[in-house]
Amino acid sequence: MSSASVAGNRLTASVLGMVLFIASEVMFFGALFGAYYTLRARAAEWPPPGSPETDLVRPLILTAILLSSSATQHFAVGAAGRKDGRALARWVWLTFSLGAVFLVGEALEWRALFDEGFVISSNVFGTLFFTITGFHGLHVAAGLAMLLLALKKTRIAPEGGQGVGALEAATFYWHFVDAIWIFVVVSLYITNL
Amino acid sequence: MATVEHAQPAPVPRTGIVAWLTTTDHKKIGILYLYSSVAFFLLGGVMALLMRAELARVGLQFVDRSLYNQLFTMHGTAMMFLFIVPFAVGLANYLLPLHIGAPDVAFPRLNAFTYWLYLLGGLTVMSGFLTVGGAAAFGWTGYAPLSTATYSPGAGPDLWIVGLLLTGVSTTLGAINFMATIFGMRAPGMTMFRLPIFLWNIIVTSALIMFTFPVLTAALAALFIDRNLGGTFFEPAAGGDAVLWQHLFWFFGHPEVYIAILPFFGIVTEIIPVFSRKPVFGYKGFVLATLLIGAYSFSVWAHHMFTTGAVSNPFFSATSMLIAVPTGIKFFNWIATMWRGNITLRSPMLFCMGFLFMFLMGGITGVFLASPPINYAVHDTYYVVAHFHYVLFGGSVFAVFAGLYFWIPKMSGRMLSEGLAKIHFVLMLIGMNLTFFPQHQLGLNGMQRRIPDYSEASGYEGLNLLSSIGAGLIALSILVFLVNFFVSMRTGKVAGDDPWGGYTLEWATSSPPPEHNFHRLPPVRSERPVYDARVKLGGRRDRG
Repeated sequence: MSSASVAGNRLTASVLGMVLFIASEVMFFGALFGAYYTLRARAAEWPPPGSPETDLVRPLILTAILLSSSATQHFAVGAAGRKDGRALARWVWLTFSLGAVFLVGEALEWRALFDEGFVISSNVFGTLFFTITGFHGLHVAAGLAMLLLALKKTRIAPEGGQGVGALEAATFYWHFVDAIWIFVVVSLYITNL
Repeated sequence: MATVEHAQPAPVPRTGIVAWLTTTDHKKIGILYLYSSVAFFLLGGVMALLMRAELARVGLQFVDRSLYNQLFTMHGTAMMFLFIVPFAVGLANYLLPLHIGAPDVAFPRLNAFTYWLYLLGGLTVMSGFLTVGGAAAFGWTGYAPLSTATYSPGAGPDLWIVGLLLTGVSTTLGAINFMATIFGMRAPGMTMFRLPIFLWNIIVTSALIMFTFPVLTAALAALFIDRNLGGTFFEPAAGGDAVLWQHLFWFFGHPEVYIAILPFFGIVTEIIPVFSRKPVFGYKGFVLATLLIGAYSFSVWAHHMFTTGAVSNPFFSATSMLIAVPTGIKFFNWIATMWRGNITLRSPMLFCMGFLFMFLMGGITGVFLASPPINYAVHDTYYVVAHFHYVLFGGSVFAVFAGLYFWIPKMSGRMLSEGLAKIHFVLMLIGMNLTFFPQHQLGLNGMQRRIPDYSEASGYEGLNLLSSIGAGLIALSILVFLVNFFVSMRTGKVAGDDPWGGYTLEWATSSPPPEHNFHRLPPVRSERPVYDARVKLGGRRDRG
């Protein structure tokens, strides 16, 4: 085994590890959405009495922000492929900023709902809503940390792709938290209209 | 292995306790896992002994009802989450890189993290005993609404939830590490169909862990939110559903049963060929059966819920009976492996024999339990307790000791005493049957589980006394093992590289192996590379 193939294996390992981790995360959110649709199917009316009017403006803006962050992260990987370190850093920081803005927007959404008197203990929809959006927010925060960690670990060497594995892995994770958000918007907002 | 070209600063050698606290060596982490999980096994065993002492006679002699509830809850929790799964993880940690001819796992630091997270979680769960209200007392299955704040107030249940969350995350990360290692780091020539069968079992176990532990994590998080943040997941009056807990729990919980047995199928499948001097019979059949068990295990969870009336009993009955088929294939293959082999009954093989007979008993009562009419009659009775102890004690724990007797010489460089091992085996076999066989009859007579007392008129006392005496014998047998272990580690015979005439790669290196496992690897041309190398050097050929 030469050192290059050792590095090659490590590279595969971090991406493979991330794919497996995402699979387990899918099961985690699968359980939460499973609970959501089970309890929803049992309810006489949905959303149950005491829930606020569904307002799509803020969630759709948040969706646009998060989807653009997936695009910018895609460009970051492209920059790494061209071995353009400056562009890479620029795109990752842009992704990071969009993700951070998303989290602020999510916090404002929670704040607005709190002001309307809608909290986790209001009814079963409140419990599900804040649990699912809360866990999604935590995962976005974890994704932000991964992006920075990956940027720090990525070394653009003139030859060989050493250290791009972390960036690819973090990118996969970032796309994953975006995809979960689509399920959040569809389940918690759009189908409640 | 060629040298790595990148110049790296020489690592500062660490010694003593610091070396163990900071290690990322899979072998050291594996041994830490094994010690910790066996410690939890002893702790859970002491709880079982207290329960058996209480049940030996009519009346309450040793514990009150509240403590009894805590004991059976923490006994189950310790055995399922803190002993049997981490033991498998520990053994796999030690063996996996050796089996595939790799220097370590794919993510060594993550590996160290998962161990310490597991220990933290385990201690968190157990710390419930130190709180004013005591530890969790709602059974290891934590059924809502009993486990909600209304019926189980206090810090003990919250510590149980948080501790299990931590160990659950740890187990998930460990499984991912194993998968990435097996798929990414095999030595040249080590194709998937030359992997030791043990590793196929670890692959399927890891997949089950990856797909089910996150569901448990979600369920525990929901329970925590209900208890502490005013959530209503499991509160029917507020639109929640108590049966939802059972679905989430058993969607995890039944694959969990296979997580707790598949690695032990793997251990037995490694040991039986070596002591039969034959290659394993039906390698691909084993692989297929393991994959089938893994796949089926996702479709059987509601057989724990027949009596709720909320599930399709015929469907789950059929799938539960079907899963006996791949297990039957494995039994066929184990027996066919031994057929006309040169069988030597050394201690690892003896425990494998114990495993075969005891697990078969548990498997057969399992088919009975999969039938809803019988299930209605014996639900929540000692019949069920007898069934799963034949599976998990008669099965998994016998394989635990088979594995320890087989691999401790590799890990330590010293042999354990065969004489004491045989005493251990005989005592444990008699003790186990004395403990659990009468429980079948107690269950059929209607004795409920999880209750500390029974009336004089019930007629349960005689069989309960027998069962408690059996528990004492099991404890004695474990003491014999511990004496054997501590004495042999000091004065045992030196093992040498390959004391058993092994087949798989761990026997090609020294005992214990050097830090990076192998100085040189034999070529891998079959699933028995060490045997091939031995024959090439003029060693004796096996039959078959």
